[in-house]
Amino acid sequence: MDKITVENMNLHYGDFHALKNVNLNMGEKEITAFIGPSGCGKSTLLKSLNRMNDLVPGCKIDGKICLDGEDIYDKKMDVNRLRKRVGMVFQKPNPFPMSIYDNIAYGPRTHGVRNKAKLDEIVERSLRQAAIWDEVKDRLKKSALGISGGQQQRLCIARALAVEPEVLLMDEPTSALDPISTSKIEDLAIELKKDYTIVIVTHNMQQAARIADKTAFFLLGQMIEYGNTEKMFSMPEDPRTEDYITGRFG
Amino acid sequence: MRKQYDEELENLHNLLVEMGNLCQEAIFMAAHILQEENPSKEAVDEKEKAIDKKEREIEQLCMHLILRQQPVASDLRRIGAALKMITDMERIGDQAADIADLSRFISGKEKQGESEGHLWEMAQATVKMVTDSVTSFVNNDYELALQVMKSDDTVDTLFEKIKKDIIDMIRTQQVEAEGSLDLLMAAKYFERIGDHAVNIAEWVEYSITGGHENKED
Repeated sequence: MDKITVENMNLHYGDFHALKNVNLNMGEKEITAFIGPSGCGKSTLLKSLNRMNDLVPGCKIDGKICLDGEDIYDKKMDVNRLRKRVGMVFQKPNPFPMSIYDNIAYGPRTHGVRNKAKLDEIVERSLRQAAIWDEVKDRLKKSALGISGGQQQRLCIARALAVEPEVLLMDEPTSALDPISTSKIEDLAIELKKDYTIVIVTHNMQQAARIADKTAFFLLGQMIEYGNTEKMFSMPEDPRTEDYITGRFG
Repeated sequence: MRKQYDEELENLHNLLVEMGNLCQEAIFMAAHILQEENPSKEAVDEKEKAIDKKEREIEQLCMHLILRQQPVASDLRRIGAALKMITDMERIGDQAADIADLSRFISGKEKQGESEGHLWEMAQATVKMVTDSVTSFVNNDYELALQVMKSDDTVDTLFEKIKKDIIDMIRTQQVEAEGSLDLLMAAKYFERIGDHAVNIAEWVEYSITGGHENKED
């Protein structure tokens, strides 16, 4: 079943045509990877999926992006509710300068959860889901800035999970991490797809091959090819995809 | 870490053991059929088809692992070795079917004498070689792989004995030449099965040591 559908989508930053007539359907509880060289539009598309581009001056979008069939750019759409349903994790871990506990409790508190026992339960569940509970359970009141980069990134994933989203957007979530932390995040993504729909932007093609069910290849604002990851990495249909994934350009 | 990868590697081991078991069954069935009065080779043909299917399944899993997991070091050697091993196992299935096919042309006369016992010994020896070679891969057991390589001499010796038996029988005109040649070919197929088991063991050696130190050219 499709969770997100993108139909005839065009995005302009002022005069610059950043995404050109993109069409793709992303399956529920699947991992979809966006790959392509820098400036191809993959992060722009990712940010459009929870309307992060609304904040960019001069950004104009036409076409349709639907979440469960509902147009997210419809005037009636509550953007705060949308971002609760579609969480995001960024390239560089960005914990808030507060305790580990408060980082996780921040979102639920914003959405009105005040009960201490309930917050404790959310914090533990989120940290467990993000596979970091055992590493931080004895220092929940310590600053989140004191843990390693890899742990900070899993904390940010836990923070995103705390508000019980349906979709998790990940923008190059491991590009600032060492191989062991990268491996942990990849394992985590595979585990999380049992409950969540995940869309990941990655510069690392091997990462897409390892974890994604579907992969989309972008070039100069166009989506060149989209489909089953194994098919794309073994028998790509477009010669431009073949050239990119075999390292012949990009 | 890399839980899914480890599970898939475990699955590869299981599939190789299953393919090894199918080979073992095919060899034993072929050996039995050779002893029967009115042999029917359908059962061995079925096993051969199952072996071919298993080869495709393992091949696909190896390609999937290479593509998805980008194996390096010992993992790369193991997956590479598995891909080579299944070609030998597939040939074992073919040769068991060939033995079963030949059984239709070999009469009771040719099988009399010592040949029958020697053929049965060859079947047992080759089954053990195939089983041990796959086990040595799964358990990373270099010593067992070396034993498989050495035990090929036993099979070769048995083949020479059968050849001598047949020559004696032809010389004394106890048997027809045609049926005797078919019997010799059956023995040769058993001998080839032993060679395939040695090839498997040599790939086990490669997967463990990274080289083919004991390969005979």
